[in-house]
Amino acid sequence: MKYIEPHAHMVSRVTDDYVKMTLAGCQAVCEPAFWAGFDRSSVNGFYDYFCQLTEHEPKRAAKFGLAHFCWLCINPKESEDVNLAEDVIGIIPQFLERPNVLGIGEIGLNKNSRNEIKVLEMHVDLAARHNQLILVHTPHLEDKLKGTRLILDVLRSDKRIRPERVIIDHVEEHTVKLVLDSGIWAGMTLYPETKCTPARAIDILDTYGSERLWMNSACDWGVSDPLAVPKTALEMKRRGHLAKAIDRVIYQNPRSFMRQCPKFKLPAT
Amino acid sequence: MKRMTRQQVLDLYFLDARSRLIDLAAFLDRVERASGKDDFRLKAFRKAVGVLTGKQQRRAEKVLLAFSDPTTKPIPAATTKAACGAFPDAG
Repeated sequence: MKYIEPHAHMVSRVTDDYVKMTLAGCQAVCEPAFWAGFDRSSVNGFYDYFCQLTEHEPKRAAKFGLAHFCWLCINPKESEDVNLAEDVIGIIPQFLERPNVLGIGEIGLNKNSRNEIKVLEMHVDLAARHNQLILVHTPHLEDKLKGTRLILDVLRSDKRIRPERVIIDHVEEHTVKLVLDSGIWAGMTLYPETKCTPARAIDILDTYGSERLWMNSACDWGVSDPLAVPKTALEMKRRGHLAKAIDRVIYQNPRSFMRQCPKFKLPAT
Repeated sequence: MKRMTRQQVLDLYFLDARSRLIDLAAFLDRVERASGKDDFRLKAFRKAVGVLTGKQQRRAEKVLLAFSDPTTKPIPAATTKAACGAFPDAG
């Protein structure tokens, strides 16, 4: 079995996780910029983080034969400070040509505030001006439905944005149809306590099919499992899904989406 | 895609679902043994539990909707980063 981990925050994982993922068949890991668990105090903190994502982390992954790609942004959890967001968005273009940068992400909303929406619009504009793919984070728990609707409004209102070049992540049963009906890709995040369990993610596949859907672990510094994707693939097998159907969800779909960025190339297998 | 039969679904998931159901029951017992009053989260929880016994499909979606913020306008400012799992006026 081979798979792509399309959403993992490897800077907060230990080296053993790279070993386990490679052993499980991971071919590439894609790392969106995210909140560090604390607010960074200045744009310089983001500059260093973007260097980590584009210089250091690909080298660490390469030690285990794993291709590493990333997405850049200021995360919605730090979007209440619009001035800081403007500064951070201002330094992103100098990183966009780096060989492992796939696009702008994970942008989106957290608490659905006015400033978060302003910063989301700024990110969408940045992506449009530089012809970048977009990866969107949707809010947690009670805020997800409203946030997903607001995010779709922002994306639809910018006519430069092509839906097939956007993925909205962390969908669940009450938001997946909204996203798929808009022509945008949808990501299901497999978490032990929140978001989707493997069983529920497979239920969603059974209900809506696998067109424009992928699965990810979104492993980070919180309760999460870097092997969630291959474990869910095993559960799909237990439920009678054929190898080709499993391969489509865990390998072909993320590859199809990310190959829209010419820099996304997998090592020969 | 070949769907599992009902028997296969039961064989694969019944014990897990049974365990989770007992956990839910024990949680409600635990809350009620404790002193103090309900808050909006427990009210939303009780409302969502009612979805389980309904005959209509899409129960997971309806449970999620029962906990969701139904409003449509952005809030003026984010005063916290965390979500608590239920909308304060949902109960």
